[in-house]
Amino acid sequence: MSNIHHSVPKIDASEKISGRMAYVADIRIDGMLHAKTVRSTEAHARIRDIRVPTLPEGYYVIDHRDIPGKNVVKMIFEDWPVFAVDKVHHIGEPIMLVVGPDKRVVQTLVDAIEIDYEPLESVFSMTESVIHYHYDKGDAEAAFKEADRIIAHEYDTGYQEQAYIEPQGFIGTYEDDRIHLIGSIQAPYYVKNAVIETMACAPEDIRVVQATVGGAFGGKEEFPSLIGCQLAVALKKIKKPIKLIYEREEDMDTTTKRHPSKTRIEGAIKDGKITALRTHIGIDSGAFIGLSGVVLSRAIIASTSAYTVDNLDISGDVYKTNTVPNGAFRGFGAPQMIYAVEMFFHHVAKELGVDVHAFRLKHLAKQGDRTSTSGLFRDPILMPEMIERACAMSDYHRKRKAYADPNVYKGIGMSWFLHGCGFTGSGEAEHIKAKVTLEKLASGLVHLRVAAVDMGQGAKTTLMKVAAETLGLPLERIVYDNPDTDLVPDSGPTVASRTAMVVGGLIARAAARLKDEWNDGEHQTITEQYTQPEYMAWNQDTFTGDAYPAYSWGVNVVEVEVDKTTLEVQVKNIWSTYDVGKSLDDNIVIGQADGGTAQGVAYGYLEVMRHHRGKLLQKNMTDYVIPTAVDMAKTETELFDNPFAFGPYGAKGAGELTLVGGAPAVALAIEMAIGERVHSIPATPEYLMEVLKNAKR
Amino acid sequence: MQSVKFRLNGNPVTLKTDPTRRFLDVLREDLSHTGPKEGCGEGECGACAVLIDGHITNSCILPLGNVDGRDVMTIEGYRETERYRVLEEAYIAEGAVQCGICIPGMIIASESLLHHNPSPTDDEIRIGLSGNLCRCTGYNMIIRAIKRAAERGKGLW
Repeated sequence: MSNIHHSVPKIDASEKISGRMAYVADIRIDGMLHAKTVRSTEAHARIRDIRVPTLPEGYYVIDHRDIPGKNVVKMIFEDWPVFAVDKVHHIGEPIMLVVGPDKRVVQTLVDAIEIDYEPLESVFSMTESVIHYHYDKGDAEAAFKEADRIIAHEYDTGYQEQAYIEPQGFIGTYEDDRIHLIGSIQAPYYVKNAVIETMACAPEDIRVVQATVGGAFGGKEEFPSLIGCQLAVALKKIKKPIKLIYEREEDMDTTTKRHPSKTRIEGAIKDGKITALRTHIGIDSGAFIGLSGVVLSRAIIASTSAYTVDNLDISGDVYKTNTVPNGAFRGFGAPQMIYAVEMFFHHVAKELGVDVHAFRLKHLAKQGDRTSTSGLFRDPILMPEMIERACAMSDYHRKRKAYADPNVYKGIGMSWFLHGCGFTGSGEAEHIKAKVTLEKLASGLVHLRVAAVDMGQGAKTTLMKVAAETLGLPLERIVYDNPDTDLVPDSGPTVASRTAMVVGGLIARAAARLKDEWNDGEHQTITEQYTQPEYMAWNQDTFTGDAYPAYSWGVNVVEVEVDKTTLEVQVKNIWSTYDVGKSLDDNIVIGQADGGTAQGVAYGYLEVMRHHRGKLLQKNMTDYVIPTAVDMAKTETELFDNPFAFGPYGAKGAGELTLVGGAPAVALAIEMAIGERVHSIPATPEYLMEVLKNAKR
Repeated sequence: MQSVKFRLNGNPVTLKTDPTRRFLDVLREDLSHTGPKEGCGEGECGACAVLIDGHITNSCILPLGNVDGRDVMTIEGYRETERYRVLEEAYIAEGAVQCGICIPGMIIASESLLHHNPSPTDDEIRIGLSGNLCRCTGYNMIIRAIKRAAERGKGLW
């Protein structure tokens, strides 16, 4: 039982290595047409006129007038049109599709369509709030009145692009009055439910199947619903198979990214401790709100990261701008806030002239403490041991003394962090109501009927192991095909670090029942539905209570060298310790750690994306730089067992945790190397030069 | 239209099509070789890597005409070799595969690297893989896989 963490060969590895695995772009259907999107070139404008050239036979244009139902992509906040009507709100906003048999002719037609715009005033600064949240804990006002000292700082973060190597795409068919979509997606039922709204049709008219996903990182959570709806409209009109695959530039230019943010933290200091925080975070949603409110929730709930502060006055706003809409990205609002909190604690300690490490330890959250939202840290917190181990692995204390001299241009930074596992608050119980089914065939094969998507994180292998282990069967007796909404119940989207914990938990329960009721030779079906742990109480209006059923914890240590002349940063080493409850497969969890930490660290110093008046300046893999094997340092990771009572075999969330601490760890290392404070990420050489120039003044 | 002739995984191929087309499109669309993937379409990510006369090449920025008279190997041909079997075992054992979209290209890059340097150091592997982007793994497990393949496949390269 406890050996479940021992690694097994990943179930899909061989097929992927050999090139036999079919991703959506690899699928061909006889007679299929190709679709390409016509997009806005203006940040904010009224559409005066659209002139479409005469179309050759077999070519079509599809626009908002072809939509049978609602011209809106159903997601949390429904303000995102499937196709623009008379106005565009950002550069790249889809206006119509051109569809036809020859890709090159389709492109020529897209280029030949002329659109007259009447420009409208655009907003590019974070000034127009569309969502405001606020919560309190304790009595921040009193704590600020009694403070010995008040220290305030501001921090900001830029865009981050998911940069999955496989661009977005779908292929669809129309047969027997049914729309069948196959796509690179994280959430089959999000796509299905969105298409039902757009097509104003019955649920049984839509079938959504997940194609093997070539990376997602949140970028294929809500965005594919938009493409799915557009393609569904085209399929209904043309009634032939259609393929819609983004090219890299189109993907980078128009798909959702991590929200840029600005955070101001004010701390009340009394007797050498932070007694209260007053924090405001603003995030830039871009032109449509989409999931931004939920991203903001996670950001503000992370306002104390791995620390306990008794008095809080926390608020945040989502600001709408005429830029590409932002959305889900691994970490979902937490990376922005945790970066700010970690920098702030360091900056306060420095200003107080006290030892940073001791100062942070004094504030570290303990079991039994109240969370930021006045919930309870019920489970054991292993951070003291994890921190000590990370310090030993990295030789942290010796190095931080040795590198204190800014003339050596070396630095070591450490971040402590947590991540709430699963949906925020009552989302899981009230909105998702996840179901899983185990279907045992007469032959004895057991099919996992779940909507969870393996996007590389190893969901298939992990969940199959849970089923096999519980049933006492070899892995070969478990079958887990890519989800098909005709065959699987809605076990929820593959997001929020919920899959192993929530879907895995339901599989373990269903498997235990199946084992009890097992009858050889009989076809048996067992369904389980999520029920929230009874202790969870959450008030969404006041942001009070248990925001998450469990928390995973982590420590990152990053060592850097900074070139004295160019101020280029080279990451030399990364050490991490993580508590994900119980690892369900060590190779898989450490693979998540390696990749997540790489993304998190690169967010802090390497990955630059900016826009100029709504036009993104980086649009491909050449100018948006993600780490190569040379940029990435060797990582050493250790996992700490801390089984969670409600997770399968004790598992909690793992996927996002590994990203959220990277940026502050590298930023703190850079800060040590240059001897000046970093307030903005990515900490590029240009930014560092500015910091040093301002410091000399 | 002039025809283009080359060897693909050992077999002669003659095509009558526009020689300016991207070789990746010809492989995937005309020859149903979908092992090479399109990640960026501009020679940056390496997902489309193939071997041309033994040299690693990004097929997405290569016009078809340039392969005339050459010997092309894609993952479809390479997977039939003993060296591939050693690499496959190593990639699986080290957990080097996540979403997998970059992996056929990584395998081609691994072959190219080991061909030139049968027992590379960590740093040499990092440099050897620097033309292939992976967004999932942070590269560590891929580097370990190549080291493992170099050890277990001694004498093959």
